[in-house]
Amino acid sequence: MTYKRQTDRLPIVPADAKEHNVTCHYCIVGCGYKAYTWPINKQGGYGAKSNKFGVDLSKQQEAETAAWYAPSMYNIVKQNGQDVQLVIKPDVNCVVNSGLGSIRGARMAENHTSQQRNTQLQRLTDPMVWRYGSMQPTNWDDALDLVARVTTAVINEQGEDGLFVSMFDHGGSAGGYENTWGTGKLYFGAMKIKNVRIHNRPAYNSEVHATRDMGVGELNNCYEDAELADTIVAIGTNPLETQTNYFLNHWIPNLRGTSLDKKKKEFPGEAVEPGRIVIIDPRRTVTIAACEAEAGKDKVLHLALESGTDLVLFNAFLTYIADKGWIDKAFIAASTLPAGQATALLPRPGGTLADQPLTDFASALAANRTSIEHAAKITGLKAEDIVKAAHWIAEPKAGGKRRRAMFGYEKGIIWGNDNYRTNGAIVNLALATGNVGRPGGGVVRLGGHQEGYSRPSDAHVGRPAAYVDKLLIEGRGGIHHIWACDHYKTTLNAFKLKQIYKRRTDMVKDAMSTVPWGDRKAMVDAIMVAIRQGGLFSVDVDIVPSQIGQASHVWLPAAISGEMNLTSMNGERRMRLTERYMDPPGNAMPDCLIAARLANAVERVLREQGKSAYADQFKGFDWKTEEDAFMDGYHKHEKGGTNVTYARLKTMGNNGFQEPATGFANGRIVGTKRLYSDGKFSTKDGKAFFMATPWRGLQAPGKAEQKAKYKFLVNNGRTNVIWQNAFMDQNNDFVMDRMPYPFIEMNPDDMKELGLAAGDLVEVHNDAGSTQAMAQPAPSAKRNQTFMLFGFPTGVQGNVVNAGVNELIIPNYKQTWADIRKIASASETTKRLSFKSAEYRAG
Amino acid sequence: MKRCERMVDAGRRRFLSGAGVAAAGAAAATMLPAKADAAPTPARVNYPSNRLANVSQLKLNEPVDVAYPDKDAPGVLIKLGARVPGGVGPNGDIVGFSTVCPHKGFPLSYSKEDKTLSCPGHYGRYDCEKGGQQIWGHATQNLAQYALRIDAKGDIYAEGVDELLYGRLSNVL
Ligand code: SF4
Ligand code: FES
Repeated sequence: MTYKRQTDRLPIVPADAKEHNVTCHYCIVGCGYKAYTWPINKQGGYGAKSNKFGVDLSKQQEAETAAWYAPSMYNIVKQNGQDVQLVIKPDVNCVVNSGLGSIRGARMAENHTSQQRNTQLQRLTDPMVWRYGSMQPTNWDDALDLVARVTTAVINEQGEDGLFVSMFDHGGSAGGYENTWGTGKLYFGAMKIKNVRIHNRPAYNSEVHATRDMGVGELNNCYEDAELADTIVAIGTNPLETQTNYFLNHWIPNLRGTSLDKKKKEFPGEAVEPGRIVIIDPRRTVTIAACEAEAGKDKVLHLALESGTDLVLFNAFLTYIADKGWIDKAFIAASTLPAGQATALLPRPGGTLADQPLTDFASALAANRTSIEHAAKITGLKAEDIVKAAHWIAEPKAGGKRRRAMFGYEKGIIWGNDNYRTNGAIVNLALATGNVGRPGGGVVRLGGHQEGYSRPSDAHVGRPAAYVDKLLIEGRGGIHHIWACDHYKTTLNAFKLKQIYKRRTDMVKDAMSTVPWGDRKAMVDAIMVAIRQGGLFSVDVDIVPSQIGQASHVWLPAAISGEMNLTSMNGERRMRLTERYMDPPGNAMPDCLIAARLANAVERVLREQGKSAYADQFKGFDWKTEEDAFMDGYHKHEKGGTNVTYARLKTMGNNGFQEPATGFANGRIVGTKRLYSDGKFSTKDGKAFFMATPWRGLQAPGKAEQKAKYKFLVNNGRTNVIWQNAFMDQNNDFVMDRMPYPFIEMNPDDMKELGLAAGDLVEVHNDAGSTQAMAQPAPSAKRNQTFMLFGFPTGVQGNVVNAGVNELIIPNYKQTWADIRKIASASETTKRLSFKSAEYRAG
Repeated sequence: MKRCERMVDAGRRRFLSGAGVAAAGAAAATMLPAKADAAPTPARVNYPSNRLANVSQLKLNEPVDVAYPDKDAPGVLIKLGARVPGGVGPNGDIVGFSTVCPHKGFPLSYSKEDKTLSCPGHYGRYDCEKGGQQIWGHATQNLAQYALRIDAKGDIYAEGVDELLYGRLSNVL
């Protein structure tokens, strides 16, 4: 039987419940929610005056009512040490989501720790250390002292390059401006750590170097642009599942035609009609089905290209559009590098002379020239479909008016073949058609997490950045600080990394087991002996025991959004403050304060060692609260930051403002709706660059060989129900009932050939490694093309992704090939699942 | 004021609309000695036993519109033709579900082709053969299924629901 809560009623939010602003801490969209809290021994009533909504709750409420919440939106938590009731529900007044919740965000309340209701008891409550052969609790001073002593001992022997760091760089939970600043000030301010990586890639680098090199910041439009565009071009993204309420609340109105009034108002004298959409994705997703249901099939063009060939398609679009004369000549002349000025191509920033892709429009066009026929051959698409898409993107409208196209791209490109050039090729198209900085346009990444980056310069890291996983596998480094990253689940070449990482950290564990805990000097000495022999000391700062944490020697418990005040921005740079509405579990602390206390401990140990000059570098971490970290970081260092304080953000509520802030007037922070609306880009003279992006096949090492050797494409990505690598959801009954194992979508005929039934467990294997998944029939899947859920705890797709990266150390997860065989028939857990099609059909 | 929540509802409403909240603390204190006059209430709602249809009215894979626990809570009865979770009747194939989508309350429609309920609101889908499991969607719960009983005459009664219904904070209003 499927999971049912058997909840027949819920406590009612009383009229006098406390109200807090909340931005969903999961995906990039950053939907507005309200958290209501009230004492455990009180409740509201059904009468309009006795509940928060002022509504007669003894009546059935209508669809889309603000006066209902699901059982997942309720919990009992601690607030200032007291038990309180908590409801977190979507905010109808937030312009991002207009009251919509998603299957992830609407479980925020249920995904908090509750002793009373047995939710998220996996959360760490105390620092834990490897003592007598298992992880045992200790206090902060003890844990930090050990970390500081081993850290300084390693640095004393190996220099700062012996300290490896994995740290989040994003917003939302396990991120946010406070926490990126706290960690950043420690590792890039007090120290200059070079061997550093981010949660989802093996180096410290941008996912979108190309657009930045061209002078076009990647989050340059606003969500309203999706309502205003004539054509949306969705590339390597499945927004219904991964930017859910952005898609539902801003794309769908355009496709349905309900944003027509807005278009008429915004573009007087211009022909407007309901939007069209071009979706570039090898797989048929639920997004495509939804678009067809809303816009009609004639307004949806799905280009199901051969995996990894996007680049050649964009080059063909550019060529066709330029040859038709559908480019925006005035824009190119005014806002991009003038022709002739770059007779030679410019090296990209940090690049070598041999590596010179930045240029003017004419040179880029010459370098990228690709015929429709050539593109059709490589992508496997029909020539007429490529032409049709080019028309939808750039054919002038009635009266010769420029067609407004918005380009949204995400992991299909970012984790796809030839990231740098492919990203550049998309931006080429947007610049050539004048679709940046203008209503209904934009060339944007759609985003995964929210953003919330505030750190001292990372210039010392260099470009290309260090391939940290490779160095770890080679036995380099003595200590590893991990901040909310679980590489066991979310890296490439994971099979290999795990083997080596376990071996190296086990060496240290064994050494630690030979000394009494209370003899700190003997302990540090024993650890250092093991490190000299190739061991690795691992410190994991996280909210739950992670998979990589199984190898660690110290766990430091962190707080999440809502257990602390936290600021972030979403995919249209909308910055909000989530107010603290409950206590962190036990002794957990915000990451920024953990970083500060660690800095304090290192400073103290260095002074003990007589290294006062180095110790001085660790000054400036006397923060008491996350607000202190915010004021030290964002407020002082970010563009427009001096206009922004917690108090002001609180007033701005769930609609916040769009970064950068440009002032403060009439009690409001003044923001920026779109970037580059003045036609000036992020280059020295404000002129954007085009890029030479010729096609060069499967670019990352080992990919072409893998494709030749193995039968199945193992495309991979997210699904609606799971947030990130399921670090919370793995402890959520509703989710785990639905998704006990990662699914792998397969064509039914492929399943038949392998003797597979729905729900059977299969092994996916190649020469990089092996992993498991449950077979999910997908009639829309092409033969030999599968799609596996990424980053899931009970079957890690990264195990079969080879080590190949691009020239800037960007992983290529998507182009993976492997063989598949049956492990076991469907178990009781998978038998009760529905394997029917997820596709909606208007009926 | 907070302490007065236990007063009977009518009194409470009068109290809240009264002169001032500032007096609440004092008022509460003076009321303390009085016996709590809250009547004991059962821990779960009392579901009515409602006759929804007779087995003879059900045709294979033809949904029959019903409402439960009251007229404002639309639902459906379906004879699926094969034994399924929560199914009743001689073949264990008769099921009943709420047809209000637990995401935002849009009305679900039945597809005979694959025995699912689909939502035009935001494309949610529920499997009638798997206890209303959400195949895909935005709701944070599976679809509410009826606890059904069939008597000797073949009358089908609903006597409970296994999830909170959309749009009400108590399944029985
Ligand atoms: S769409 Fe994203 S931000 Fe919005 S509720 Fe869902 S997970 Fe949260
Ligand atoms: S109301 Fe049914 S999916 Fe949203």
